[in-house]
Amino acid sequence: MSKIGIPRTLAYFIYFPLWKTFFEELGHEVVLSPATSKAILDRGVKEAVNDACIPIKLYHGHAAALAGKADYIFCPRLVSVRSHGDFGTETFCPKFLGLPDMLRLAMDDLPEIIDIRVDLKQGKDELWQLSQKIGKSLGNSGEEVKRAFNRARKRQRQYNSLLCQEMLPLEALRIIEKKIPVPRKEKSNNNYDLQVAVVGYPYLLYDAYINAGLLAILEKEKVKVYTQDMISDRKMNRQAKTLPKSTFWYFSNRVIYGALHFMQRPEIEGVIHLTAFACGPDSMVDRLLEIESRRRGNRPYLSIAVDEHTGEAGVRTRIEAFVDMLRYRRERK
Amino acid sequence: MKISFPHMGYSYIALKWLVNHLGHECIVPPEPSKKTLDLGVRYSPEFACIPFKILTGTYLEVAEKGAEIILTSGGMGPCRAGYYWVMHQYLLDEIGKKVKVIAFEPPLCDLRDFWRKLHRLRVSGGLSVKAFIQVIKVAWEKIKAIDDMEMQSHSIRPYEEKRGDTTRALWEALQFVDEANSEKEVDEARQEGLRVLQEVRRDESRDPVKIGIIGEIYVVLEPAANHYLQIMLGEMGVYTDRSIYLSSYTRKNTIVNLEGDIFQVARPYLNEAPIGGHGVNSIGETILYARHGFDGVVQLAPFACIPEIVAKSIIPAVSRDFNIPVLTLFIDEQTGKAGVQTRLEAFVDLLEKRRELKRQRERWAI
Repeated sequence: MSKIGIPRTLAYFIYFPLWKTFFEELGHEVVLSPATSKAILDRGVKEAVNDACIPIKLYHGHAAALAGKADYIFCPRLVSVRSHGDFGTETFCPKFLGLPDMLRLAMDDLPEIIDIRVDLKQGKDELWQLSQKIGKSLGNSGEEVKRAFNRARKRQRQYNSLLCQEMLPLEALRIIEKKIPVPRKEKSNNNYDLQVAVVGYPYLLYDAYINAGLLAILEKEKVKVYTQDMISDRKMNRQAKTLPKSTFWYFSNRVIYGALHFMQRPEIEGVIHLTAFACGPDSMVDRLLEIESRRRGNRPYLSIAVDEHTGEAGVRTRIEAFVDMLRYRRERK
Repeated sequence: MKISFPHMGYSYIALKWLVNHLGHECIVPPEPSKKTLDLGVRYSPEFACIPFKILTGTYLEVAEKGAEIILTSGGMGPCRAGYYWVMHQYLLDEIGKKVKVIAFEPPLCDLRDFWRKLHRLRVSGGLSVKAFIQVIKVAWEKIKAIDDMEMQSHSIRPYEEKRGDTTRALWEALQFVDEANSEKEVDEARQEGLRVLQEVRRDESRDPVKIGIIGEIYVVLEPAANHYLQIMLGEMGVYTDRSIYLSSYTRKNTIVNLEGDIFQVARPYLNEAPIGGHGVNSIGETILYARHGFDGVVQLAPFACIPEIVAKSIIPAVSRDFNIPVLTLFIDEQTGKAGVQTRLEAFVDLLEKRRELKRQRERWAI
């Protein structure tokens, strides 16, 4: 019986149901860090290396918030989740690869870090084996791990299918956790007037503090938001062939493929790309999307960069201008 | 065809010869200047790293001179550098330059693609396979000779009696390599060049502090990108050793050589390799330099370089454990020479003071 701390950022928005079910089925307690706030951000800025991007700083802040509340911090070393890319060498951003070590050396008072290496391109049962390893280190038997593993995967599949039904992660998480019935889709779609694709890394897109409530602002403007996480992998990977070369980073590839997919759909009138200040991969992704959105059907494209100082007014102004422009454009047509 | 390539240190001497002897016309890339950087900054994405911006500028300059093809390297990630050529092609198309960027991906990743590109290069130049291999061999010998001379110059410069003598001798020596046309001539040029460098008048009584230079390959190799840092240090009377040379992979005599070992050395601090670029190397090399009795280490990296940021966050622990000071310089388009120089002077002062104290302590112990 241990308390496993999970920072509420980075891969949390994509894999949380898997992790939570797994640890809870093993009989451990999952402790989440609180939602991002100014205090967490400030702490992260203080602890992390100053050149790091804001998501990494945030992760440090969230980890610090878990100190004293958990026995372990679950910070898997995410290397790859599939064999993909031109040479099958797709990984996560190098900062993800070094994250557990960065964390350990940045702060002294952290609980023990579970830094299992997740490199699923190695083979099919890699995930199963590393689950065994985690289970063993926490003192669980193989039988328990097997049950927890299967349930966790089932829960994750459920979650993924909810996302594919055009649901945002926070809503899907709520439904999965509270086990409330899925709302009827037709009803909720009526009161939208514009459809816009918003692409960006999950940890920026779904963290309402760091993106200054971007999705809520769009909602208020009666804009139906589509994100790259609402499309199935199959549809997404089809876009890989339309590029000279895929990027090397999992989340970036998803963003690019997602954006290109939405550019094909005529009902989607604009694309917004959310990026972090000084994000390495995004320096390439952003310009690529900007060029492609013009080449593929001249779709309006807006890039919003967030950092420690992003204010709600700035984001709102730009979103409003963009949405106005989209409406004006439609009227002219 | 008119072919060009990125400018990286003195390697252009060998590459120029290579392209010309493959039967193509070579557009020699100019040394990156203020103009190159201005052009690059104007057309590159804001947060692209400085090597990307310098290359954009260089490509635009050679396109202006009529280059039709740019040869460069690809990569398998996770460093951005492997994606440079794709972005550069996009950017050049956008600007309306009719230039094709041909990238050689690592042969281990895609052997067929690698051969196809080599084949095209050979056939369009009209060379036989045998002559083609010979030309590549000579060019490789040239790269090695150039590296030999540069290494030699860095070990001589801190002792030079008259400032600038070594740099002048180096240019003279490089001229010999430039003029050589066969393996034998390259070897003679190497001997002759090294002799010229040896003849620089030196004050052997000096006792220079030793600094290792680590970091990202482009800003380490291209003096114009790092404000001639290694020459600057040499002229301050500092002995420097650099971790990366273009020919380092085939060398055994340098302090830092085989990659596998480096990853092993870095493992206690960063339990993952590779993380792209020279991130892990930077950590391992810091340890190696400490073990070899160097007084300090300078880490060079472009602003927002992902692997080097990871390295930077870990290096303070290495520095503490191995008791070796590390100065990290992140270079971007705003970096000025005076700023670099001031920080280096302060760093060297610190190292000298430290060494003095250490020696004093040792004397007392005796």
